[in-house]
Amino acid sequence: MQRRSSPSATLPQDGYEQERVRSVHPSGWRNPKPEGRYDLVVVGGGPAGLVAANVAASTGAKVALIERALLGGTSLNIGCVPSKAIIRTSRLYAEMRNAEHFGAQVPNDIRVDFAAVMQRMRRIRARISRVDSVRSLSTAGVDVFFGEAHFSGTDALSVDGIKLRFKKAVVATGARPDTPSIPGLIEAGYLTNENVFDLTELPPRLLVVGGGPLGCELAQAFCRFGARTTIAQALPLFLPKEERDAAQLLSDALARDGIEVRLNTEAIGVRVEGGQKLVDLLSDGYQYTVAVDAILTGTGRLPNVERLNLDVAGVECDAANGIRIDDHLRTSNPRIFAAGDVCLEHKFAHTADASARIAVHNALSLGRWRLSTLTIPWCTYTDPEIAHVGLYVREARDQDIPVRTFTIPMHDVHRAITDGEETGFVKIHVKERTDQILGATIVASHAGEMINEITLAIVARIGLRTLAKVIHTYPTQAEAIKKAADAYAGSVVRPMIKLPLWHRAAR
Amino acid sequence: MIDASEATDDALLDALQRAAVSYFREAINSTNGLIADTSRENSPSSIAVVGFALSAYPVAVERGWMERADAVKCSLSVLRFFRNSDQSGSPEGTGYKGFYYHFLDRHTGTRVWRSELSMIDTALLLAGALTASMYFTANTPEEAELRELVETLYLRVDWPWSRGGAATIRQGWKPESGFLHYGWDGYNEAIILYTLALGSPTHRLKADCYEAWTAAYQWENLYGYDFLYAGPLFVHQFSHAWIDFRGIRDRFMREKRCDYFENSRRATLIQREYAQRNPGEFAGYDEHCWGLTACDGPRSELPAVPGRPRRLFGYTARGVPYGPDDGTLAGWASLASLPFTPDIAMDAARNMHRRYPEMLSESRYASSFNPSLAGAGHGAWVSPGAFGLDQGILVTMIENYRTGLIWRLTRGCPFIRAGLRHAGFRGGWL
Repeated sequence: MQRRSSPSATLPQDGYEQERVRSVHPSGWRNPKPEGRYDLVVVGGGPAGLVAANVAASTGAKVALIERALLGGTSLNIGCVPSKAIIRTSRLYAEMRNAEHFGAQVPNDIRVDFAAVMQRMRRIRARISRVDSVRSLSTAGVDVFFGEAHFSGTDALSVDGIKLRFKKAVVATGARPDTPSIPGLIEAGYLTNENVFDLTELPPRLLVVGGGPLGCELAQAFCRFGARTTIAQALPLFLPKEERDAAQLLSDALARDGIEVRLNTEAIGVRVEGGQKLVDLLSDGYQYTVAVDAILTGTGRLPNVERLNLDVAGVECDAANGIRIDDHLRTSNPRIFAAGDVCLEHKFAHTADASARIAVHNALSLGRWRLSTLTIPWCTYTDPEIAHVGLYVREARDQDIPVRTFTIPMHDVHRAITDGEETGFVKIHVKERTDQILGATIVASHAGEMINEITLAIVARIGLRTLAKVIHTYPTQAEAIKKAADAYAGSVVRPMIKLPLWHRAAR
Repeated sequence: MIDASEATDDALLDALQRAAVSYFREAINSTNGLIADTSRENSPSSIAVVGFALSAYPVAVERGWMERADAVKCSLSVLRFFRNSDQSGSPEGTGYKGFYYHFLDRHTGTRVWRSELSMIDTALLLAGALTASMYFTANTPEEAELRELVETLYLRVDWPWSRGGAATIRQGWKPESGFLHYGWDGYNEAIILYTLALGSPTHRLKADCYEAWTAAYQWENLYGYDFLYAGPLFVHQFSHAWIDFRGIRDRFMREKRCDYFENSRRATLIQREYAQRNPGEFAGYDEHCWGLTACDGPRSELPAVPGRPRRLFGYTARGVPYGPDDGTLAGWASLASLPFTPDIAMDAARNMHRRYPEMLSESRYASSFNPSLAGAGHGAWVSPGAFGLDQGILVTMIENYRTGLIWRLTRGCPFIRAGLRHAGFRGGWL
């Protein structure tokens, strides 16, 4: 559920924006009049809420969905969709500058038209919004309400003065950026994912505070558009949860792009002087100041649990971790379930989707599907991308599981060489002396696409030995996975071939 | 300078080792025994280089390149300095809690460059000191004093403090900001550090700290070899300068049916594999020319292959297969793998000497060379001067290959034996 009820003043209200608003929050919308008790009320119209409502409606249940701002949530409006759109353009600029590497001429005059970049983003966002539109929901049989939802009891809530009673409910209100407590930051003004896509002009100098996935993605994109970009991060590595090689490769890639990467560096104060933002940075006791035009924060996300009157509904939650759920996604009120960013550690659109399906199944069918059975991949869409699924080596070793890793550098993959995309690797972790896949990390230009094969293998309990038997089209970058499987198969081949008895007798 | 193409292996190694030993004779401040980090002007002293010097003196005595009394004098001088040094932890001091700042002023012995109190470099210093104490065992007042000084320095180190409340030893500490919080997990050169920390009878580190450190190990199959992954070659060499890992195994290596010596052999072969593949398309790289490690390197812009912009990294820890790699190789690094892979190490040494003789000056290795930066009249860019760490690892590893002297000495050191046992090592000579 979006916190912001109206678009930023700088966001151009062009035809694309008008189309998006028509799709996800049409002006003049009149909330329907509820008739009787709903089988399911969904609070929040982001990825989790939309899936919950659609899945429930497809079973014939009577469903209502309440959205405070824009259907599609963070993912469509201020997250995955707009960021991937501008990342694609930024990759194109990087390739144009690097054209000689591909045997092509560098264009004479590479000028970044930032307004056009953002207009393309808005066009794509408007197009995809059709899928998440009010019309789609209504066609599916979902009653859509716009407004603030407040629980008024354990089986009822109100929106815009309208009371909705429910047999079951799913809360899927999402999360919002966590603003770092840097003195002077709020007064100076700053960007988050909530307003960065409203920009119409490229800030010449950008400081990204926090080296999380969003920070890295946008830092690289803006740098490739021409912004002099600095990342300041308190921790020693980018993406500290990722494998150190992956983090290091990304750090190197960002540096190659020209991003100044300052690790172990904390922003301790911001002030505005002469129209520029002066940010005081502290690194190992050494303090200095950088002047920038914009500050982008990417230091985590907080669940949206306020103003819902969750306590009235008997739903336990806290500000940092969100709604407390059990493995079946049920809250402390057995009628009410939660899904997506408001309750999950892994705040991804695809996890929101998967959790919503579990919540709806368990809510309407008295099912016992479990969150803990999910195999959750994720990807950071930098160049190269970093994707991961399953256990990290450290996690496996913490569980006393011995691990063997099969590593294929992308420079050993023919298609990566022909594509000029050799940075990265495929690492597949198996349980020692078995072919059971525990997890994998892929760093590659298209790691997000490649990781799905490993996820499939883990979910379907397909071992690395079987993957070695799967013919992969040649040449593809996904062949790296086959090579890792081949390395496994080659490592367990027995040198002795037992001959059948009859053969031995014949000799 | 010796002609690599004509000399026998032994003669070649003799010349290279002697030139490396002489670095310490030339770089010493005779008043306090501190050794310069590099041969460059105004270089400070590195405490790790002092550790290598303390290990090089016995080698020099054994080979007749240094009088025993002279070696004792040099050792005593620096050990006395450290014993009397300012241990207050002040920003202008020399150390704290038995540890020392990474870089010290060669003349005053006080901290320079706002450097960190370095746990690993203190360990390298003490490993050298313990080596000296195991060698200089004569019943003379000087050598008795030397042994007493070493024991004093070792026993006063507060190893448990170096965890800073964390599960593993921190990389460093600064008086201005406390413990560094740089990521330092995964396999690295710290086995010697943990061994010394676990062997102390006065301030012993808890064994769970070693387990926590090894929990971040990654056992990888790369280029067809299973090995404990670390990119730069020095990681696979430094602890081996002092500890003979042949046949002794901790829990991790028992699980993998390997040992650290065999692991370093495989890591060396992987280095050669990488050079053969040469994904960065750098000049010179092949199966006879390899060795990516922590070393000096060029900083100015490198002429790029069309369309392949390249960055130069100066001094950094270069590694395989993910870099950083800017075409810079360390000739000494491949030779320092001599105990693990004698054939290919000698092959690389001879070939690299033949192709890029400018990497040697009076038989002493430069820190690095870069054939992709060929200039007029020479085949490669060469790092000016020499670095003490490079000379130190070369002296010790050549000696371990030739006679096993350093390994033999430390095998008898009760602190090192105890440290290895507490780390869970079993088998072999232990």
